[in-house]
Amino acid sequence: MIFGQKTNSIRRRLIVQLSLIAAILSFAFYLIVRVVAETAATETQDNILAASATSIADALYSERGLVNLELPYSALSMLGSISQDRVFYRIIVDGETLTGYGDLPQPASPIAADPVFSTFVFRGEEVRSVAITRPVSSGGQAVNTTTIVAQTRLGLATISSRISATAAAVGFGFFLFAIGLSLLAAQSALSPLRRMTQSIQRRGPHDLSPVKAALPSELVPLVGALNNFMNRLRSSLAQSEDFVAEAAHRVRTPLAIVRTRAEIALRGMEKPSDKKALREMIRAVDESSRSAGQLLDHAMVTFRTDNLLAKNFDLGELTRDTCEHLSPTAGLKDISLLLEIPDKPYPFVGDPILLQNALRNILDNAIKYSPADSEIIIKLTRDKTTEISFGDQGRGFGAADLGGLTKRFSRGENVADIVGSGLGLTIADVVARAHQGHILIRSNPEGSGACVSLILP
Amino acid sequence: MRFAYFALSLFFAMLMPLRLAAFEIEDSIFYPATDGLVTLQIISTADANVFEPIILEFQQNNPTINIQYVIASSTELMKAIHEEAAVFDLAISSAMDLQTKLANDGFAQTYTSNATETLPGWAIWRDQIFAFTQEPAVLIISDAAFAGMTPPETREDLISLLRDNPEIFDGRIGTYDVRISGAGYLFATQDSRNSDSYWRLTEVMGRLNAQLYGGSGDMIRDVASGELALAYNVVGSYASSRLAEFPDLRIVRFSDYVNVMLRTALIPKNAENPVEAGLMIDFLAELNQRPELTELTSLPPINPAQLRENSAARPIRLGPGLLVFLDRLKKQNFLKNWVSSMEQE
Amino acid sequence: MRYLLVEDNAELAKAVVDRLALDGHVIDHAPDLTTAHGFIDVAEYDLILLDIMLPDGDGRDFLATHRRREKRTPVIVLTARSQVSDRVGLLDLGADDYLTKPFDFSELEARCRAVLRRQGGSAINARSFEGVILDSMNSHLTMDGRVEELRNRELRLLEIFFVNPAQIFSKSHLMDRLFSFSEDVSENAIEVYVGRLRKKLDGSAIRIETVRGLGYRLAKAA
Repeated sequence: MIFGQKTNSIRRRLIVQLSLIAAILSFAFYLIVRVVAETAATETQDNILAASATSIADALYSERGLVNLELPYSALSMLGSISQDRVFYRIIVDGETLTGYGDLPQPASPIAADPVFSTFVFRGEEVRSVAITRPVSSGGQAVNTTTIVAQTRLGLATISSRISATAAAVGFGFFLFAIGLSLLAAQSALSPLRRMTQSIQRRGPHDLSPVKAALPSELVPLVGALNNFMNRLRSSLAQSEDFVAEAAHRVRTPLAIVRTRAEIALRGMEKPSDKKALREMIRAVDESSRSAGQLLDHAMVTFRTDNLLAKNFDLGELTRDTCEHLSPTAGLKDISLLLEIPDKPYPFVGDPILLQNALRNILDNAIKYSPADSEIIIKLTRDKTTEISFGDQGRGFGAADLGGLTKRFSRGENVADIVGSGLGLTIADVVARAHQGHILIRSNPEGSGACVSLILP
Repeated sequence: MRFAYFALSLFFAMLMPLRLAAFEIEDSIFYPATDGLVTLQIISTADANVFEPIILEFQQNNPTINIQYVIASSTELMKAIHEEAAVFDLAISSAMDLQTKLANDGFAQTYTSNATETLPGWAIWRDQIFAFTQEPAVLIISDAAFAGMTPPETREDLISLLRDNPEIFDGRIGTYDVRISGAGYLFATQDSRNSDSYWRLTEVMGRLNAQLYGGSGDMIRDVASGELALAYNVVGSYASSRLAEFPDLRIVRFSDYVNVMLRTALIPKNAENPVEAGLMIDFLAELNQRPELTELTSLPPINPAQLRENSAARPIRLGPGLLVFLDRLKKQNFLKNWVSSMEQE
Repeated sequence: MRYLLVEDNAELAKAVVDRLALDGHVIDHAPDLTTAHGFIDVAEYDLILLDIMLPDGDGRDFLATHRRREKRTPVIVLTARSQVSDRVGLLDLGADDYLTKPFDFSELEARCRAVLRRQGGSAINARSFEGVILDSMNSHLTMDGRVEELRNRELRLLEIFFVNPAQIFSKSHLMDRLFSFSEDVSENAIEVYVGRLRKKLDGSAIRIETVRGLGYRLAKAA
């Protein structure tokens, strides 16, 4: 599709072929006009020559046994009226030249009822001649007379070259016109293709539904193949998602069994050392399942941000939903989630699933690092940008590089005792960046703890 | 032996001009140019005194061109070029029919230039024949002879006048002998084509013992002297040039029609200096820009506007029509009729 | 409480059944959707725990059918998938909440409570001891016409005592049930919550008794 590149363009091929056809037609038109014009001009000349010869033949008379001629003025002047061609004539009586140009050749078949036309070279120039043979009664007997009138073809050539020039000009004009038309035709013939391209380009990243535009029959096989391909792509995507889900299922189910069994066992244990061992086992299970979950989330988030969805939704509602979902978790530690979200709409365009995941990861983190009986304050503010902040009363991030916290697997410095893979903030950061936003991590301005904000444009 | 051969060659070489001059010339004048490099050979029917101012003016502009000006009658001119292939660079003649035949039979060269483009269509044929004057055929009368009479306006008037006054006009009418004058034959044939009255006029003139002349000059002289009461079909330009000389002379232009003869020039096929000949044709085609020459020569240059003003003026058409009266039989029949009309006794 | 567990993995199901039985719940286990529908038709459950991947269909189809039948029994989905791909779909189809396997039973309990509370709470979970009523659903403790609000951990601690009033619970047992395994706390942390409860129960007919060397139990006020 790029100009200047030798692409195999249908449009170009159409234009070239149509132009070629136009050129051939134009040339044919030119030739036909020329032939017709020359024929017409020749006929015109023939008619005048015949008229001239006839008027001369009519003026033949017999006088005292001799054939005489009163050459009519108009016989020759009429030939001069259409062109400035040279004129020759010859009257033959009984095989003898009566008058005129004695060297003007006779027609091959001297006796014919109709005028005989011929073209030959005479005195250095091509001439068209007509011969009329008729008997004249002289001295009581019929004498054969032949009247030959010839004319050069300069005027004819002039006329035919003028017509040729006109025909060439018209033919060329026709050719240009046809090229213009072929451009238009190519444009219009290809417009369904362009429409189809646009309709596919306009689609959202997850729209793999069949193309259903009204298309010319020629494009139906192509669209059929495209739809078929999208079908396969869809099922292959679904398969890979299913595979990931299946893998997660396979890993997590045994973990769940182990963990549950461990909890049951813990109930029956009395020895503190056994209990400690079991607790550690449960913690290990939790840690690995959480890591697996976050890795999975991270993979899914990365996949989704590649083809970011643009959906309209309300950020306030989304934040409230997320908090509500996590409030039982927070409740386990008697942590209160205090929402400071003004009751008004916060419309936003983006991927709500990703943003919810980001918020959940931030809040999950905050709950994880908050002490029991504490509060987490969730604020939503919007001026130039929208900020959703989570302020906790935990121990903060200590001396760790705050900017580095969003790096993969990076965790705060003083959290070795808390289960977590460190991917939570990384996921949130990826999501924020996909929405042209970012994550802001700082120490809680209101007292102790940390404050993590998701900042969106 | 060798010497004898040389001497023989020399002898034939000396004979050459004689052999070339089989056609008869009236005069041959050489006009050397100031820086003469080439000599333009002109054969012409016009008298030297008519054409000389043009030659001199031309040489003013083209100082390298000498001019050999050969004067011959129109039939001799025709003979020289058509039959004898005499070498000339330019043929100037008032016999339009013969000029046309030369071109038609392939004895003329094609020539075009900016100057020839300015000529009206009727003054040019095949880009080979170029007209440079338009000279009406007029009736000249002697005022003395016509004392008390109204000069005729048409040929019918003239016929009536002649019939009614045989005592005045008997033996005092002059016209061309068309058998010997090319211009006379041209005017007569055109007359016969234009009007039925021509033959009646010829008969009337024949009955009144018309005097036959070979040229306009003599007719003008005799009318001026009172020997003739009138002369028919005189070349108007000659008459005009003599008006001052002969106050008794009057020019009558008929109102039914006036044949206008075109003096033409052509470059023969075998011209040796066609470029210089072209220069002369350009000069002639633009004569209408030199009124002083018109004054000197009395040759009226091509002027379409003037012809349009005078609706009776009919320039004789160049073209194949002119060949008709050159036809052997046609000419023979015409002259036979003319003679029988003119000599009725 | 009466649970229906729909889970195809027999081992996990057995473990969950055993684990919930420890807390005094009654659980029916359905290994597939057909069995699950059969159970629902004949019995009433307080809550359904639903796995997503089942041999005879998708748990989401069950959810859809369940909601079409206008059953009010809340459903908590137990999923092994990524929340990023499933979350919205599950809630849209009518799941009341979800948990990712493996899960903490304390959290499961907390979510059950939250779900039931959202449903407008029945009195099923109200227990009484010596005239003192513990309303788990609303975290209320009613005694002598006086109502005390309980915080989450206070409620859960008191619940342990109310289910088995005479039983003595060791500190370590209580700690296991009260704190998540990710928290690293000492056994003395229990004393804080016991202390709080004693303050709230002060002047009522019951008290939390310290059994030296063994732990705590619920007893009539002296």
